[in-house]
Amino acid sequence: MILHTVNRAPGSHAALQQCIQALSGPAALLLIEDGVYGATPAFTRLFHRLDGTVHCYVLAADLQARGIDALVDGRFQVIDDAAFVQLSLDCDKMVAWY
Amino acid sequence: MKIAVLVYGSPTASSAAATAYRYARAAIGLGHQITRVFFYGEGVHGASALAAPPQDEVNWGQRWQQLAQEHEIEMIVCIAAALRRGVLNQQEAQRHGKSAANLAAGFELSGLGQLADAALNSDRLITFGG
Amino acid sequence: MSTPDKQLLVVVGAGPHNATRARDALDLVLTSAAFEIGVGILFRDDAVYQLLPQQQADAIDAKSLAANLQALPLYDVEQLYAPRSALEARGLDPDNLLLPVQLLDDNATAALLHSYGQILSF
Repeated sequence: MILHTVNRAPGSHAALQQCIQALSGPAALLLIEDGVYGATPAFTRLFHRLDGTVHCYVLAADLQARGIDALVDGRFQVIDDAAFVQLSLDCDKMVAWY
Repeated sequence: MKIAVLVYGSPTASSAAATAYRYARAAIGLGHQITRVFFYGEGVHGASALAAPPQDEVNWGQRWQQLAQEHEIEMIVCIAAALRRGVLNQQEAQRHGKSAANLAAGFELSGLGQLADAALNSDRLITFGG
Repeated sequence: MSTPDKQLLVVVGAGPHNATRARDALDLVLTSAAFEIGVGILFRDDAVYQLLPQQQADAIDAKSLAANLQALPLYDVEQLYAPRSALEARGLDPDNLLLPVQLLDDNATAALLHSYGQILSF
């Protein structure tokens, strides 16, 4: 299973779209840094093509820093840094999209 | 697990150094080993001893130094990327006729082979891009 | 050559003159090849512009990336890939490229990522 991380805001950068385009399950998708804006409802349409085998996560600290932790779409599981580490070990490799 | 980390983003123009640091600290907290951190591209600026951010801002280079010292982490800075950007140790400063060296203690200049090696000989290689 | 699970896929997303990303990726590929690590390259997104045949880097006093890319077969780096959609989106002709790259649809691109042991992206 591949862990995909995206650290760019979807409103101004194509990284998230490109990641989703090249993604097939089973996989984990983790939004970090400015990528966490992608977890807000305005961008849920981007995730529609993903099936149930792609699990979506978003990093808690980056949400809190941006004041958007209350805006996270239900598709996402909010995880802390330790859970990020565990996720990176549960997956056998990673692709960073930036 | 043995985990290697690639920092490929500027410490000022990206969050790569900060996010990678948080990841590394959390991994160590869970009992895993960070074997090597490789600084490449703009990431090499994080190894400059001359960065002097305001006191109420984090100096990520210093944080990495402390973490590396406490947990015996190899911190490798890509030599080609570093020379290109003016991050030099004493030896390279002399070789290139420069008046000063600025590679912070705890960081080591070395080749890209160290990244290729980390990619294949660690349990995981975690990339933080800029 | 190393077994597939020990092979490295370098994913590059930048055009030839976008900071040092394209060159950083290529340098890692050449280093890996020198260490006899099996290595492939996926040219995604703007990186397909690296494959245009008539680049004249000297017009902006830059070093030619294309010349180094053309040397890849000499280093036995022959696993070269690009998503067909990246070329189409940019109106590029797949028959007129610097290097023989294997064109992939989106499903094949996803499968490619699964097939390599490690992936490093630039």
